[in-house]
Parts: sequence; structure tokens; C-alpha cells
Amino acid sequence: MDISAIFDNTMRGLVGEQFVYFALAAIGLNIHFGYTGLLNFGQAVFMAAGAYGLSMMVVTWDLNFWVGVFFGIVVFPFILAVLLGAPTLRLRADYLAIVTIAAAEIFRIVVRSPSLDRWTGSSDGISGFARSFYDLSPFDPGSRYFFDLFIGNQMWVVLIGWTVLAAAVFISWLLVRSPWGRVLKAIREDEDAARSLGKNAYWYKMQALYLGGVFGALGGMLRAIGTQSAQPDNFITDVTFFVWVALILGGAGKIMGPVIGAALLYAILNFTDIVLRQGVESSYIPESIMSGTQVGQVRFMLVGLGLVLLATFRPQGILGKKDEMALDDR
Amino acid sequence: MPSTTRPRVFSDGRPAITQIVTARLKHLTKLMLAALAVVMAFFVVASPAAAELVAQEDAEVTEVTGTLRAKDADGEDIFIEGVTFVVSDGSGAEVGQGVTDVEGVWSVQLPGEGLYTVLLDDSTLPEGVDLRNPDKNPLEVDVNEGASRTTLFPLGEAEVRESTSIEIVQLTVDGIKLGLIIGMAAIGLSLIYGTTGLTNFAHGEMVTFGAMMAFLFSVTGVNGFTVGLVFATILALVVCGIAGWLFNLLVWAPLRRRGASLISALVASLGFSILFRYIMLYQFGGRAKFYTDYQIQSRVGFFGWFSIAPKDMWIMGISLVVMIGVALALQRTRAGKAMRAVADNRDLAESSGIDVELVIRWVWISGGALAGLGGILLGLTESIGWDVGFRILLLMFAGVTLGGLGSAYGALVGSLIVGIFIQVSTLVIPNDMKNVGALVMLMLILLIRPQGLLGRSERIG
Repeated sequence: MDISAIFDNTMRGLVGEQFVYFALAAIGLNIHFGYTGLLNFGQAVFMAAGAYGLSMMVVTWDLNFWVGVFFGIVVFPFILAVLLGAPTLRLRADYLAIVTIAAAEIFRIVVRSPSLDRWTGSSDGISGFARSFYDLSPFDPGSRYFFDLFIGNQMWVVLIGWTVLAAAVFISWLLVRSPWGRVLKAIREDEDAARSLGKNAYWYKMQALYLGGVFGALGGMLRAIGTQSAQPDNFITDVTFFVWVALILGGAGKIMGPVIGAALLYAILNFTDIVLRQGVESSYIPESIMSGTQVGQVRFMLVGLGLVLLATFRPQGILGKKDEMALDDR
Repeated sequence: MPSTTRPRVFSDGRPAITQIVTARLKHLTKLMLAALAVVMAFFVVASPAAAELVAQEDAEVTEVTGTLRAKDADGEDIFIEGVTFVVSDGSGAEVGQGVTDVEGVWSVQLPGEGLYTVLLDDSTLPEGVDLRNPDKNPLEVDVNEGASRTTLFPLGEAEVRESTSIEIVQLTVDGIKLGLIIGMAAIGLSLIYGTTGLTNFAHGEMVTFGAMMAFLFSVTGVNGFTVGLVFATILALVVCGIAGWLFNLLVWAPLRRRGASLISALVASLGFSILFRYIMLYQFGGRAKFYTDYQIQSRVGFFGWFSIAPKDMWIMGISLVVMIGVALALQRTRAGKAMRAVADNRDLAESSGIDVELVIRWVWISGGALAGLGGILLGLTESIGWDVGFRILLLMFAGVTLGGLGSAYGALVGSLIVGIFIQVSTLVIPNDMKNVGALVMLMLILLIRPQGLLGRSERIG
């Protein structure tokens, strides 16, 4: 057992790239679910909107990097929010759940389809759009930074990620304590009451869906930049559940909930991953029980199990208040 | 939101009052317990057999080898088993034969370097699979000493037989088949929603579970014993029914008693969906599998309008019989009436003496078995994979939403329409995107008529 590798990996989970991507997506989901009570199970598609918005604009249509960023953060999530929200936001909560999952599946099928290879790169995805971003990096790609955890390019992604994350936390804090945010909470608590006070609940829910989607798109875009490719497999349906576990673990309806949840989730996942991997490599775990490829599947099982346990035993997570939980008062 | 009108079993788990209708069902429950013990014992001995075989060969042998694969309708690789390759040397004398294994891999060891010809015996190719370049068969290969020479025999897509069928009729027939399978699997989904209010996202995993169990009993074998697919199906259905019963007993009944909200139950069911799905991937591997029975059949033509394989006729026949049986049972038997009564109005049903928890238990048992049967039939007509259930789940939702959530007949009608729509839409959109049409339809239904064709508008809130 290589203790320092285990420690490094766990630390990377706690503060590294994955934490940044998923904390951002979970902040978006917090606005959807934690504050407005929307059951969005398609956050992965909003993440994909950011990733593909950027990469398709830059590679497929040969536009400027910053135009791509604008499309990925502002335009694509807007189209998506309207498409998903228009049919479902007037209906009961579980219809939004079904439709958003269906949207994630539509995305997977369409983007992987060879017939659209010209635009989406099908299952290989799109790469070669992140150069302008790394050109700005002050870090030397060859050396390691931050307690030797990250190499130069990673460090640049993570540093920008932390900055964006801090800004996202601050913005969402400002938003939810504004009158607008109080209307969202009112809709979560009792939509009829909010409506009877003259608030257009449908319109507020649509705004919340879009705004949360923008944060999700930011996370997805950073993920595409960090991996230097926009691949369908990075935004499949199951990715959404990582965001959900991060949010509920930290505490939905709390500003710092998604951040703490994402950090803990990735620390736990990376820890189990590296321990199992070392166990398999050093034959502490026999091949008949677990092979190298099966290690990668364990994290999905953990996420599924986490979702079950959190939803049934601690829906308020670490920070949340039980009486303020959309999971409980419907 | 008029929340009072929706079924709220999850938020008031009162104990039952009387059990007039359901005494007979209780006796059956005891039988199930006994069967459970037997099947569980079966499982304990069965699990090592399911482990994947890993062949390790890195010795320096001279050989020709290859992997035979084709793309299925979703663009995923499927591996073709049981195809014979004949390798001859320069003089035309046969050196050896190789047959592709479950993962499409074949190899033939060679006596030494030289020029060889590899012939794919196209009579061993399964129905509907053809070589993309028939003129490159046999293939000449130059092999070096000690080298493993890989050959490539690209396969074309399964051909659409336009010459022997009218395409739209053929697609409609295929669509009816798909719709019947979706509908059968979706009855449970709809009834569980109707009786308990739970939107069960883990229902798709029951479909996969059924297909996998039949595969385990008929192909992998339990302690080396395999049974024919028909008997394996019956065994698998028993296991699925028990699984549904256990799932309710261990998870959902306690949650209802604790008064958990519908939304936390929904989130938990999603968690179970992903947990079970990856357990199945872990246990059975990621490659598509096929039942060995009834795999290669020639299609029977009908008036030159469409053609259909005998197994597909059986699939449609079985689904139709099962569906009519379910409909009659719901309409005529006491248990079926009790199920509809609970789905209609739980409180009223309970106060008129129906043991609601017992009815829910039987909904889970029958829903699980029907989902499993759907999975087996789907596996028989397409392929068995670890995520087929999740993919078909969304088609089930489309069917159930179209027909009207909570109504059993709605599930049947909606699923048939969805199945036909999916197949016929391939006239316009690429085959690998055919499911998109159904999912878009799901959104449109919600926009235009959210209560579905046969549903009641007060359910949708």
C-alpha cells in the first residue's frame, strides 16, 4: 500500500478539478432543487450544454474561444431551459424528473450518433478547442504546484475553477437572500400560497431553471477545458446523480452545502478508488472478486447507495435543516 | 396544487383494518416464502459461475486471429458467436478451423510463416448479418514467424429486406412487437404508481434482472447445469416475482410505514436504479449477450407484405396472451378488482375492507415478474445488456404517460403506440436515433395532454 498516493488522491478529490466541476453543477442544482424544489435529473445535460456550446462553436464553426464561452454559458442553457421547462413546470414535480432524464438520454443518443459526426464528433467527442485558455496560463506545464498535487495546466484549470466557484457561491448567496430568492423559497414551500400572493410561479421556476443551468454549464465547460475534450461519456445520465449526491450530502438549500458535499464526495470516491486499485494491483483483492475494470464501477455503486441512504435517512445532509427540505414536505 | 387528490400511500401508512378480499392471497404469500428459500440457496452456489472468463495468451505462437463484431441498432458493438473460419495454406490444404466464441474472438494456430487464405463460412453467419465486402472473402494473409496476425472481416448492418416486404408494414409489425414488450414491462410501473404513488425509476433494472436471470439459467448455467430457455424463463420469472416482493418488503413497505415523502422515495428509487445497474455490470460484464436457443431462424414471409422470424411470432403471441390475461385478471378476479380499487382511491378501498398492503405486495410481485418477462423477450429479439432496462425504462415512461399514468390499460395502449412510432420513425430518422422520437413525443404529450389518453386530469397536479 502506497500511503502517500492514497493521501494525494484523496486531497485531489477534496480540492481538485472534479471537485470544482461538480461543486459548480451542484450549486446550480441547489438553485433548482434546494431553493425552488425543482426535481431536475438532467443537470448533466446542462453541463454538456456548456461543454458542447464551447467546443462546437470553436471547432465545428471555427469561432473565437470567448464567443464559444458566451454560447456555452448563456445561449445553450437558455435554449435547454425553455425546452425542458415549458412542458413540465406547470405539472407535478415528478414529470420534470421524467422529462429531464429523457432529455439526458436524448442527448446521449444524439451526440453519440455517427450520422451527426460532422458536428459532434460522435462518441469520440470534440477536442482542440482549449488552446486559447491554456495560452493564458502563467504556470509551467512541466512543474508541479500546490503541494505537488497538480501539474501546470491542471493548476491553471483548478485556480480558475476556484475563482469561478467562489464567485458562484457569492452570486448565489446574493440571489437567494434577495426578494427574488425569497419568492423561490416560497414556491418551494407552498406554490399555491406564492401564487395567491400574485407571484407568477411558472415564470419564477423558469428563471430558476435557467439560472441553475448556467452554473451547471459553467461546471461542464470547465470539465471540457480540463480534460481538453467534450466527450458524450463525460455527460451521460449517471453524471447527474453524482451532482445530486454532492448536493444532498452537503445539504440542499444551504449556500455552502453543494461545495462541502462535492469536496466530501470526491474525497470519498477517490479514496475508495485508489485503495481498491492498489488492492487489486498488489493482489490483496483476488482477481476473482474484483478486476481492474470493475474498480471503476464501484464509484457508481457508491453513488447509487449514497443516494438511497441520504434520501431515506438524512435528506437534509450535513448542513441542512430538516424542516426546510423539499424532499420532506411534499 | 390540488395535492389532496393524488394517491398518498407514502404519507399515511395506517395499518389495514380487515382482510375480506385477500385471505387467499395470504396463503400464496406463504408459498412464495418457501420458494424463496429454494431460489436463494440456488443463488449462493450460482454466483461464482457468473464471473467473467479471462483468457491470457501471450506465448509466442504463429497464428491468425480476429474479432467478429457488428453494430446493433443503438450503434453499440455486438459480438458474433459461432461463426467458422477455415484457414488453408498456399497449396490449398486446410490448416485448421476456428469458431468465434461469445466475445466474437477466433484464432487458428499455424505451423509456420507463409501465405495463408482465411475463409469465413458465411453459412454460419447469423440471420441478418452479412459481410460488408463479400469479395474480400476468402482473405489472403501473409504471416510472419511467431506473429499473431489479426484479420478484419467487417460486417454490414442487418439488412432491411425491402424486396420481400412493404417497408412501412414491416416496420409497423416490428413496432407492435416492441410495443407489446414495452407494454408488458410497463404494467407494473403503472400499477405501482397507481397503488402507492411511487414513480419507480428502478423498474428498468427489474427488466434487466429478468433477462440476466434467464441468461444465467439457460446459458451460463448454475453449478454447470443449464436448462432450456423456456424452463429458464419460468425460473427467472419466479426469481423476478420474489425480487419484486423482497424489494417491497425490505425497502418500500418500511418507507411507507415511516411516512417518507413521495419525492424522497422517488430519489431513493433513482439511487436503487443506478446501484442495481452497476451491480449487474459488475457481475455480468459490459458486453452484449445472446441467448443460445432460438438464435438463428429464417424469417417467414406474409403475402410479401412483411416477414417475421418464428421466435418473434412467439414473442408477440406470448405478450398478447399475457396482456389479455392481465386485463382479464384486473377486470374479473377479486385480487384484480382490489388492485384497481386501491389504484383508484386508496382510502375508500381500505375502508371498504381491502387489505391495501397485501394488494400492494401483489402488485410488486406481479409487476416484477411481468417486467422480467419483458426483459427476457427483449433479450430474445435483440440482445441482453446491463443497461437495456434503463433504456427501455424511458420508453415505458413515454408509453405510460401517453396512456395515462396510473392506468393499467393506458399503459398497454400507450406502449403500443410508442413501439410503432419508434419503428416507423426510422423511415425518416437514422436507425441509431430512433428512440429520440419516442422521448420527444413524451415531452409533447406533457405539453398538450398531460393526463394522457386514458388518464384523469386530477392526477397531474
